[in-house]
Amino acid sequence: MLRKKIGAVANGPRLSTAFEEVAEGTISRRTFLKRSGLVAGALGTAATFSAGRVQKAQAADSDSKVELIKSICTNCSVGCTVMAEVQNGVWIGQEPGFDSPFNLGAHCAKGAAAREAAHGERRLKYPTKLVDGKWKRISWEEAINEIGDKLQDIKKTSGPDSVYWLGSAKHNNEQAYLFRKFYAFWGSNNGDHQARICHSTTVAGVANTWGYGAMTNSYNDIHKSKCMILFGSNPSEAHPVAMQHLMKAKESNNAPLIVCDPRFTRTAAKATEHVQMRPGTDVALVWGILWHIFENGWEDKEYIRQRVWGLNYIREEVAKWTPEETEKVTGVPGGQLKRVARTLANNRPGTLIWCMGGTQHTTGNNNTRAYCILQLALGNIGKTGGGANIFRGHDNVQGATDFCVLSHSLPGYYGLKKGSWQHWARVWDVDYDYLKGNFASEKLMQSKGIPVSRWIDGVLEDKANIDQPDNVRGMVFWGHAPNSQTRGVEMKKAMEKLDLLVVVDPYPTVSAVMHDRKDGVYLLPATTQYETYGSVTASNRSLQWRDKVIDPVFESLPDHTIMYKFAKKFGFEDQMFKHIEVNDDEPLIEDVTREFNKGMWTIGYTGQSPERLKAHMKHQHTFDRTTLQAKGGPLDGEYYGLPWPCWGTADIKHPGTPNLYDPSKPVAEGGLCFRNRFGLKSPDDWGGENLLADGSYPVDSEIKDGYPEFTMAMLKKLGWDKDLTDEERTFIEGLAGDKTNWKVDLTGGIQRVAIKHGCAPFGNAKARTVVWNFPDPIPVHREPLYTNRRDLLDKYATYADKQAYRLPTRYASIQANDYSNDYPIILTSGRLVEYEGGGDESRSNPWLAELQQDMFVEINTSDANDIGIRDSEMVWVETPEKSRIKVKAMLTERVGQGVAFLPFHFGGHFQGKDLRSKYPTGSDPYVLGEAANTAMTYGYDSVTQMQESKVTLCKITRA
Amino acid sequence: MARMKFLCDAERCIECNSCVTACKNEHEVPWGINRRRVVTLNDGEPGERSISVACMHCSDAPCMAVCPVDCFYQTSDGIVLHNKDLCIGCGYCFFACPFGAPQYPQSGNFGSRGKMDKCTFCAGGPEEDNSAAEFKKYGRNRIAEGKLPICAEMCSTKALLAGDGDIVSNIYRERIVGRGFGSGAWGWGRAYPAGTSG
Repeated sequence: MLRKKIGAVANGPRLSTAFEEVAEGTISRRTFLKRSGLVAGALGTAATFSAGRVQKAQAADSDSKVELIKSICTNCSVGCTVMAEVQNGVWIGQEPGFDSPFNLGAHCAKGAAAREAAHGERRLKYPTKLVDGKWKRISWEEAINEIGDKLQDIKKTSGPDSVYWLGSAKHNNEQAYLFRKFYAFWGSNNGDHQARICHSTTVAGVANTWGYGAMTNSYNDIHKSKCMILFGSNPSEAHPVAMQHLMKAKESNNAPLIVCDPRFTRTAAKATEHVQMRPGTDVALVWGILWHIFENGWEDKEYIRQRVWGLNYIREEVAKWTPEETEKVTGVPGGQLKRVARTLANNRPGTLIWCMGGTQHTTGNNNTRAYCILQLALGNIGKTGGGANIFRGHDNVQGATDFCVLSHSLPGYYGLKKGSWQHWARVWDVDYDYLKGNFASEKLMQSKGIPVSRWIDGVLEDKANIDQPDNVRGMVFWGHAPNSQTRGVEMKKAMEKLDLLVVVDPYPTVSAVMHDRKDGVYLLPATTQYETYGSVTASNRSLQWRDKVIDPVFESLPDHTIMYKFAKKFGFEDQMFKHIEVNDDEPLIEDVTREFNKGMWTIGYTGQSPERLKAHMKHQHTFDRTTLQAKGGPLDGEYYGLPWPCWGTADIKHPGTPNLYDPSKPVAEGGLCFRNRFGLKSPDDWGGENLLADGSYPVDSEIKDGYPEFTMAMLKKLGWDKDLTDEERTFIEGLAGDKTNWKVDLTGGIQRVAIKHGCAPFGNAKARTVVWNFPDPIPVHREPLYTNRRDLLDKYATYADKQAYRLPTRYASIQANDYSNDYPIILTSGRLVEYEGGGDESRSNPWLAELQQDMFVEINTSDANDIGIRDSEMVWVETPEKSRIKVKAMLTERVGQGVAFLPFHFGGHFQGKDLRSKYPTGSDPYVLGEAANTAMTYGYDSVTQMQESKVTLCKITRA
Repeated sequence: MARMKFLCDAERCIECNSCVTACKNEHEVPWGINRRRVVTLNDGEPGERSISVACMHCSDAPCMAVCPVDCFYQTSDGIVLHNKDLCIGCGYCFFACPFGAPQYPQSGNFGSRGKMDKCTFCAGGPEEDNSAAEFKKYGRNRIAEGKLPICAEMCSTKALLAGDGDIVSNIYRERIVGRGFGSGAWGWGRAYPAGTSG
């Protein structure tokens, strides 16, 4: 064979000059895009702004030093460290963050493309408003004044509840906390964020089972799992870096990986067992597995005796789920479930992971509780390698949930009762009466607001049916993609009916284009998290500190600065920022952290001072990559990111709690027990039984049994009150004397003393498997509202219609109609690895957009052939509420027969119409497509109002 | 002397495409040019496997053998590079390459070819190391900075390995031993059709 191997460099330049231009074409994306015509339509609108901020070649000419700055990826909740190389204020490159114990240098497609946020060619560049159907650039001052005046006008005529403050899981902790505080000062509980439509059913279900609503262990702890079972979770696409940790267990422990999902996902492709059930049958499936466990006596009896209450009631329900009944409902053969049950029983501790596939249902809270019960029966909770590892979605959805950017609680899950408001009034150093004065009434102050999933009904529903004075008239989308929500066609109507629509976001989002408004729309450019700094809570409850990578690009401002500007406009900035330093309208982040440290006692966000968090980022490399504990070094013994609860004040140096409810360690070293949250006894209807733990307690506990949550009276009874300092005692006596409990003692004295004696401040109780205050105390299977299994409705019908969260909520009246003949295919939805959420940011990133250019629907090949559809043809997907989307058909075996799947990240097309021309010039994402949720239908969880976006019916026809 | 190699562990690759975007980010590769791609076989069916593919930096590189203007050269580490000033964009290397590595800008309606572009193992080109000129034509030179290719360094599951062949194979060997017999080897399923792994 001819060989021409050359040692060093090929022959000198020959044709170089002639082809110089072409050569440049290969390297400059801007030039290339202009030539290629690949992104036609987007091109004519290319921004006139210089991309110099990020031109590496330009920066490389200079000799100035390259700085490495640590931030955290702003996509999912794994919390990957992004190492930014910055030169002369220009973000020139990304290096792997090998020191981070979470990602060990790894990224997925999104994290590896993070730097594009700084190019920002498709960002929203300056405040913009819609005038006669045209976008007009305005100044920040005009924007704040005009919007502020309009909102105040709505407040005056319809009351504060007619403005809806929709926050974000993309805010950092400080911004999320300020946002929650902001709408409290505005005077309404009509605020919420994505957690409502992501894991609200998890938080409700899990917190009501054992105390806290969060992931119990960590991604890293999965290294020690002997078995992994996933329900409705597809980490290969949604949390790719988490797969690194799952693979570790699979390879090192030979741990079976069981994936329960209606689709053969990319995760299922790596599994040892794929359980393909009919969408929406999770409870039936779990009970079908548990049936074998109970039948064979594989449950952990001693664990249950000590730590679990109410399992006898569950047994009665599970007994109904024989292999035959389970197969009839779920479609999964009994033999497979017996194998799964045996695998779970033989490989302990095992972890159970779930995501949106489990939560986004009308029965979401039943699903999450069933998962918990399966793990409790196996004795897997509170153990390393075990746990309910609930992977949260967005980078800071855990934090934003903890700060309760929600319509039903105050930061730290304190609720909305008078005492809760009084607690936060003390922390904020304002009068309760002052806060009350901002609300329409004390009753509305203490009643749950409208959840984000239902804001459209807050606008469209007859005023007479809503439990507040008037409809929602002003809507502020502060970091939220509307296409992540179901019922797109009605949403369009709602957007058009509003008096005012405000978008605060780095991108215009679909909110800018999906309606046909001619005015009353404002777009305000917010920064990404790379242009500001602060703390962010990963799924495992660890807090990480982001440093600022670059200054805000274009005219964008950090969210907290925008909040301050509005507070100033509304005249409550002095009260709201009383103890927070403000420089040039920007509140000092560290002061905000310190303020929430003063109030978040319930879940232990009190020990994570800015100084400690910064030290953790600095010494990342000293933490063990499995236990997350620092070995030696300045942070010896602490757990990475001080996972909450990090009890007491920062002074007591609690190391954080790596795994919740794990009694194998002392509380002072991160151990715990189940929380005493549901009283001392079950109600008489449920046996009137003792709920305290029986003979199980964390190591070194001086109380060798269960005990209630700590109060001053309890300290006195135990004689431990003598350990309080004078200062602590004075505060406690002054607050509520003996009745002062561990949650409201602002000195942290009660917590400190309890921990000193080896006790958990929140008590030591059993987990409860029956949640007597929920619509279904024992989780039961109920068919989806839109079901084609009419034969199952006798036994498994849904709820009766009811009033919830200020609004009428429909169940039975929808299920009563049979749509199964006209709409024969079950429709579900999910994620793609390249995009995130509504996708406005990731579809504006050319490195990602290039990889997924078309919205599609996955159809089983056999179904497609029956209908007469070929691969890559355009089809209409129509759902029973008559909304329809035009998408490309993808024929695949990935979905079972009778099931179709839509990815939900697309937007910018609406029922067949391309809306590209409606975006502000130069801000249209590279890739547009139909939003899956335009077609997704009605349906809300019976406890949390989570939307049903995983099961509906559809018909698919050639377009 | 090191001999640079890539290895993609198909048991671990989840088609997350981080290798693809990391490469785009590092070298500012334009839309339409993909120095690295993830290929998925049996997509959506049992036995689905993904593997990340780029220039494999062959010892006896067919591209080098066929290039009419002799624009290729191989470094002492075994990295196959080329000189864009010499390249005439004929596409002959694309014929020869067993991996589909060479890429051409698609300018104009008929995709008239420009200079060939391909994976450099993050080692730049003939220009001075880390110069602006080198960056402009070939992207960043991580090897000269003492670093390894960014695609492998950022791989979400550590499926893609890059570096000195001896070290890469040691890492992979350890992994195979940890996994137990058979399961990890690429092609296992083909050798033993009844099995589902590999």
